[in-house]
Amino acid sequence: MAKITYIEHNGKSHTVEVKNDLTVMEGAVENNIPGIDADCGGACACATCHVYIDPEWFDKIPEIESAEEDMLDVAFEPNKFSRLGCQITVSDDLDGLVVKMPSKQA
Amino acid sequence: MIKTDVLVIGAGPVGVFVVQQLGLVGLKAEVVDNLDKIGGQCIELYPDKPIYDIPALPVCTGESLTNNLLEQIKPFKTNFHLNERVQGISKEGNNWKIETSGKKIFISPNIIIAAGVGSFEPRKFSVQNAEKFEKHGVLYSVKDKNIFKNKKVCIFGGGDSALDWAIELSKFADVTLLHRRNEFRGAEHSATVARQLEKEGKLKIKTPFQLESIEGDKEVSSITIKGEEEKIEKLETDYVLGFFGLIMKLGPIVDWGLNLDNKTIPVNTENFQTNKEGIFAIGDICSYPGKLKLILSGFHEGALAARACFKLARPNEKYRFEFTTTSKTLQGRLGVKK
Repeated sequence: MAKITYIEHNGKSHTVEVKNDLTVMEGAVENNIPGIDADCGGACACATCHVYIDPEWFDKIPEIESAEEDMLDVAFEPNKFSRLGCQITVSDDLDGLVVKMPSKQA
Repeated sequence: MIKTDVLVIGAGPVGVFVVQQLGLVGLKAEVVDNLDKIGGQCIELYPDKPIYDIPALPVCTGESLTNNLLEQIKPFKTNFHLNERVQGISKEGNNWKIETSGKKIFISPNIIIAAGVGSFEPRKFSVQNAEKFEKHGVLYSVKDKNIFKNKKVCIFGGGDSALDWAIELSKFADVTLLHRRNEFRGAEHSATVARQLEKEGKLKIKTPFQLESIEGDKEVSSITIKGEEEKIEKLETDYVLGFFGLIMKLGPIVDWGLNLDNKTIPVNTENFQTNKEGIFAIGDICSYPGKLKLILSGFHEGALAARACFKLARPNEKYRFEFTTTSKTLQGRLGVKK
């Protein structure tokens, strides 16, 4: 279980508890947090669950794989803290994670 | 005006297979798709990627699945209306009247929406005024490459489209290829060719750079780009091309008065009808408790929707359940009756 804070582009913050083994994307979708579309359902095939990881946390999450890096090419306004929420699996280690959503997903 | 028993929206695997199911029950279908080819996501997103969960096909690619499905519907000689997006619908008696972007009009008692996550549209530049310059130098596809002759062209993207066009246009235009990171995800061979052209001075490559702003009066005259450590550069250019792949949008379907649930269309699982009689939704676009976004689920959904279409298209006939193994009628429709 991890407490994750999702911050919408307009600044509105949502802190929810997400069960282990769900993804950061699923944590948002299950809690009806706006700003994450997840069109493809978590298959790393659409880049609509794009989030900016809080810089403090960026190095603490498992490293990005090439398929995700490729998908980020088509994300909306990616930066060096960009990840896809569907590719980050929640564990106790991520307790306190903070992610921000872009102004839109595509 | 085209009269048919069923209008199928979407030529992905589910839209193509439902044509077979409709054909077996004796219904004629017409298929409309916004893309320029048949296959939907299978062709557009992963033509070469292996799929392992199609029943009785241990492994196939998006392309081979599409080709096999087309082979399977051959007996039904179906018209595909590609590069056409459905626009408005209206009710005319017992029929729906459907108009497309290409001004085609269909009259049909049934509509099956098999539109995946919507129609494909190019992903666009995120900078504020990019829209203003669309058709004035900002482009997301190439229709006539001759317009670039001896012009300055900036191409953004890291996939095959960006690489292929950079290579092609560099033969007769002053091309700069820009990408947000140093690695290109397109074919390795294309990336090698591009790097070679760069060495020969025939193509400029700037990475990692992203578009910061577009300048110009009516037409694009220059762009500002941002690189590592906020490094800003200005490039003079006549054209800005963006190749960021395609995004799926529901499009005009949202205005049809259908119930919607977060980009999906709720249906009942008895016949996959929406809240409107004669409009069905199958495949990734439909939702119901337990819905799985798998191709195989879409096949099942289509089989049931096809039977429901029969009732509306042939109100005075009785539907008879039959097997292709034994039914002379079905074998006749398949063109295999001895």
